[in-house]
Amino acid sequence: MKNVVTVKEQLTSGTNRRSFLKISGLTMAATGLILTGCSDDDDRGTTPQDNQLPGVRNGKFDLGGGDFGVLTYAYALEQLEADFYTRVVNLNNFGTLFNSTEQQVLTDLYRHEVIHREFFKTALTGALPNPSAQLLPNLEFDFSTVNFGSRDSILGTAQALEDTGVGAYNGAGRLITSADYLLLAGKIVSVEARHASAIRSLINPNSNSFAGDDIVAAGNGLDTAKTPAQILPVAGTFIATDFTAIYLT
Amino acid sequence: MNILKFIESFTDENFMKSQGSRRDSFGQFGQVGKNMALASIPFGLAAFANKTYAADITATPNTPVGALQLALTLEYLEDEFYRLGLESGVIPPGGRDEKVFMQIAKHEKSHVEFLKAGLGANVIAKPTFDFTVGGAFSPFTDYPTFLALAQAFEDTGVRAYKGQAANLITAPDLLTAALQIHSVEARHASEVRRLRGLKGWITGNQRGAGMPAPTQGVYDGEEKTDQAGYNTAALFGADAGTEAYDEPLTTQQSVDIANLFIV
Repeated sequence: MKNVVTVKEQLTSGTNRRSFLKISGLTMAATGLILTGCSDDDDRGTTPQDNQLPGVRNGKFDLGGGDFGVLTYAYALEQLEADFYTRVVNLNNFGTLFNSTEQQVLTDLYRHEVIHREFFKTALTGALPNPSAQLLPNLEFDFSTVNFGSRDSILGTAQALEDTGVGAYNGAGRLITSADYLLLAGKIVSVEARHASAIRSLINPNSNSFAGDDIVAAGNGLDTAKTPAQILPVAGTFIATDFTAIYLT
Repeated sequence: MNILKFIESFTDENFMKSQGSRRDSFGQFGQVGKNMALASIPFGLAAFANKTYAADITATPNTPVGALQLALTLEYLEDEFYRLGLESGVIPPGGRDEKVFMQIAKHEKSHVEFLKAGLGANVIAKPTFDFTVGGAFSPFTDYPTFLALAQAFEDTGVRAYKGQAANLITAPDLLTAALQIHSVEARHASEVRRLRGLKGWITGNQRGAGMPAPTQGVYDGEEKTDQAGYNTAALFGADAGTEAYDEPLTTQQSVDIANLFIV
């Protein structure tokens, strides 16, 4: 089954982009994915085939299938996280909006996510047969829904990104066929979970929110695991570049 | 007695063949002082000595069932540790710490039940644990020790599950479930580290202020900066580069750590 993720058209006018996003971006993406709703109950990643490599198809970049598809998907999510924290730590009011503990956490997260992004870029460039055509380009982001003057808005967004990252990696593990790539994803996902825990503690100190019942199922103690079809509409709310994920099932 | 000499004596053949429980063995060094003795034994060496004791667990096979059996052993350990901790009264009541450990205890109990159900006929029995390691630790009367062991167990859990991922690659449903536990252990580890005044992530191979020396085996190897050929230290230095990645433990390394607490 194929999923088409239409996040939004790329517009040249920054002013128009916001309104366009609100009108069609999210809804279109979410609707498309829900309607095609892929089930991966018994699917595993398939051996990457030439026709499933990442690259432009029908005018849009497709993340591809197989292990390269999963890595490209992770690269897209790490681009998103890295871009967000880059904006946060460069805010003029970063030093007044956040106390020293919060600044330390956010600075660490900025560094970790940029390292993850550059890691995937390097790894994919080295592994893809033709990286000039198959490496996901630098995505454009739209954080217009985030109030960068608000501590709560920034930390709330950070929590959503980190929890989403954990669920994405947990759900994508089964799609990976290479034990080496699986281990690399595993090395990163636990750091994302450490991040999520830290941000949650900043938002709700003196609580059990770091692994709260809203994210770790109270019945069995399991964290979330989500399919790309579940993740991309959520991540897509911040991604301005149009791309597809036809083979990522 | 210097540490090297002590380790030498610990690996002495006669010592290895000596009978008796580990508690007795530590007793042989009573004159040195138990704390000194324990502080000198890395987790890895402890496993070397463990070979003489039948109660210790051996490395699980590199299969999906083996991976879950190792996971169950570690969950048994965590579950019992937190249950005893909550029962003992060592955790300051009514505040953040109690909320944190009640939540963690709830999860570890669930993980035990989940893994037992998943293993079915392949379930293994709960080992007998001694969290005092022969009287050297007092986790249920000394809160800093309880916190230190909690950190060691959670950081071990993260690394141990990660090390089993490859063994589960042929069983996608089990792999997904293991990943879902793995990230919960990481959430726990991050929070426990903060309770101890540390960052939620591991810098280099530093076990962190206040951690007993025997826990160093939990952190050795975390200093890796080469990830599939990419130098993670390139942009922001080795601290950030190593924090950004958690490293796996092998099955044997995980078993060695668990065996320190199994009698």
